[in-house]
Amino acid sequence: MTLGNDTTRPRPEDGPPPTHQKLMIAAGVLLVIPIIALLAVPTYAKEDPELFGFPFFFWYQFLWVFLCSGLTYAAYRLTLAARKNNGGDR
Amino acid sequence: MSAQVAVMAADTGVNGIALTVLIVLFLLVAVAGFMASRFKRGDGLESLDEWGLGGRKFGTWITWFLLGGDLYTAYTFVAVPAAMFATGAVAGFFAVPYTIVLYPIIFIFMARLWSVSHRHGYVTTADFVRGRYNSRGLSLAVAVTGFVATMPYIALQLVGIQAVLEVAGVGGGDNIIAKDAPLFIAFAVLAAFTYSSGLRAPAVIAFVKDILIYLVIIVAVIYLPGQVGGWDNIFGSAQEKMAANNELTGKPTGAFLPGVGAGWAYATLALGSALALFMYPHSVTASLSSNSRNTIRRNAAILPAYSFVLGLLALLGWVAIAAGTKPIGLDGEANAQLVIPQLFEDMFPAWFAGVAFSAIAIGALVPAAIMSIAAANTFSRNIYKEWLKPDATPKQEAKVSKVMSLVVKGFALVFVLTLDKQNAINFQLLGGIWILQTFPAVVFSLFTRWFHRWALLAGWAVAMVYGTVEAYKVVNPATGKHFGGSLALMPGIEQMGYIAMTAFALNLAIAIVLSAILHAAKVSNGQDETIPFDYFADADDPRVQKDLAEHVADKPYSDPDGVPGNAGPR
Repeated sequence: MTLGNDTTRPRPEDGPPPTHQKLMIAAGVLLVIPIIALLAVPTYAKEDPELFGFPFFFWYQFLWVFLCSGLTYAAYRLTLAARKNNGGDR
Repeated sequence: MSAQVAVMAADTGVNGIALTVLIVLFLLVAVAGFMASRFKRGDGLESLDEWGLGGRKFGTWITWFLLGGDLYTAYTFVAVPAAMFATGAVAGFFAVPYTIVLYPIIFIFMARLWSVSHRHGYVTTADFVRGRYNSRGLSLAVAVTGFVATMPYIALQLVGIQAVLEVAGVGGGDNIIAKDAPLFIAFAVLAAFTYSSGLRAPAVIAFVKDILIYLVIIVAVIYLPGQVGGWDNIFGSAQEKMAANNELTGKPTGAFLPGVGAGWAYATLALGSALALFMYPHSVTASLSSNSRNTIRRNAAILPAYSFVLGLLALLGWVAIAAGTKPIGLDGEANAQLVIPQLFEDMFPAWFAGVAFSAIAIGALVPAAIMSIAAANTFSRNIYKEWLKPDATPKQEAKVSKVMSLVVKGFALVFVLTLDKQNAINFQLLGGIWILQTFPAVVFSLFTRWFHRWALLAGWAVAMVYGTVEAYKVVNPATGKHFGGSLALMPGIEQMGYIAMTAFALNLAIAIVLSAILHAAKVSNGQDETIPFDYFADADDPRVQKDLAEHVADKPYSDPDGVPGNAGPR
């Protein structure tokens, strides 16, 4: 490792790395979806339809564990793509 | 009460097989904790980076186990199903949306905190605030809040161990020494391996803890419903119990689902808790110990696996309703906190009950260790080095931290042994309200310096007082005691909501208004030692490596290239 002399790396004085804004906004939207969905409690505080004996309230929130995980991972890939042209995953 | 204790102890009986399994697994974990100092070893343990952050080199999977072990504490595993059992879905199941919305939120800011901390050698959020505004006052406010909020949390981990020991039949008796000896021994072991191995100890033990927890809960969720008449019967019994009137208050016992108006309570509890969780020093410590800014982002996608398990565990509180579990302590009084250990003891063969008890007891060790390390780091970095000995070397800092980790745990032990458990629970409730008030100073400052340091301090101070007063005013309708819960009427919305969120809104309003005024009056907002690039730096950044290469444990922090605030703090 050539400390401080690697010209392919961004330099601190260059400021923040170039970012693909549209991709970052898309990532932001993906992250906000689960927050809004789960904070809108009246939309899911009900018993029907049941699934395997579970009231809707419960299985719906369990479902969001997986949806949120998937959306967060998609957002992660988008942030990588948004700053890819920059010599590293930042 | 002593005669009664003897009678009850005889009734409950010591569960010999379960206890043996518990002791064996506990010893195994203790040995692992001591051996952990060799895990991914760096250049000794003579700095906060090494002792307190495990060398900042944990990869995605180690971080997953460590954070999972850290955030989903033994107390959570005891308290969430207990809340479901006692008062239903609003007080209990909100833990699920809480631990889901948590991850998009930390995804947004944690990578920035990681990068700036890595570039500047920050170990705590108070370090960052100090660097961002050159404000000792604001930094101290953040540090003290973190420290004070963590203390009762550590004490509650002990309550978790106590619950298990109580159901296993030990910890009773007339003799005060015999009564508390098991807890005392467990904590002495914890203190010793934390002292010697630092953050590496909980990192290693977290593997055992998390695997045991997954095993126990999956087995419980597959096996138990069949024993109590299936999920239909479980939800039916819960609905019946929650609708029935409580004799003391004359109102329904609890909520089967959040009813009309309870949506606010459910949502604010979830959001407020999620915003607060990564302000706690122990969450930050575990996050900063990861080896790159993207490790924490990848973890935001895979950590929800624990939330799924937590949801299942919450439902076990209702399985206990269907099973007719009677959680009665060694003192002969009903104690909802014992419901999960009691359910396991009633329903499982003794050896598997032992495994389940171990999962909870070991589950207490991981967060207790990380919390004490995080509180100790906060003390040594933001109080000792900042106020008492500014020229402290990395070695001295680490020494102070190690000793402080013992003091913190000793304090927690005394707290639990001498005071009523309810005090720890009250303080934990307050801690959640308090810690959220550091959010604007830490998280908003990661993105902007528009907020003024004195405005942030003022918002914090007012919100702390408001939150404390509001929490005090909540009276438990059954016992008539203060600090009866975390919900109060939200002014303007006129619905019940989480006090921490109301205080947070007040905090924010004050910070915005005062910032505008102070900027208009051109009051200095302090020197910023960070630059925009710092918030994107990664582990292989050449400048970070250059400064780290110059680190010497025995010498004061140096700054070889003369650029202010590189690796190695002021």
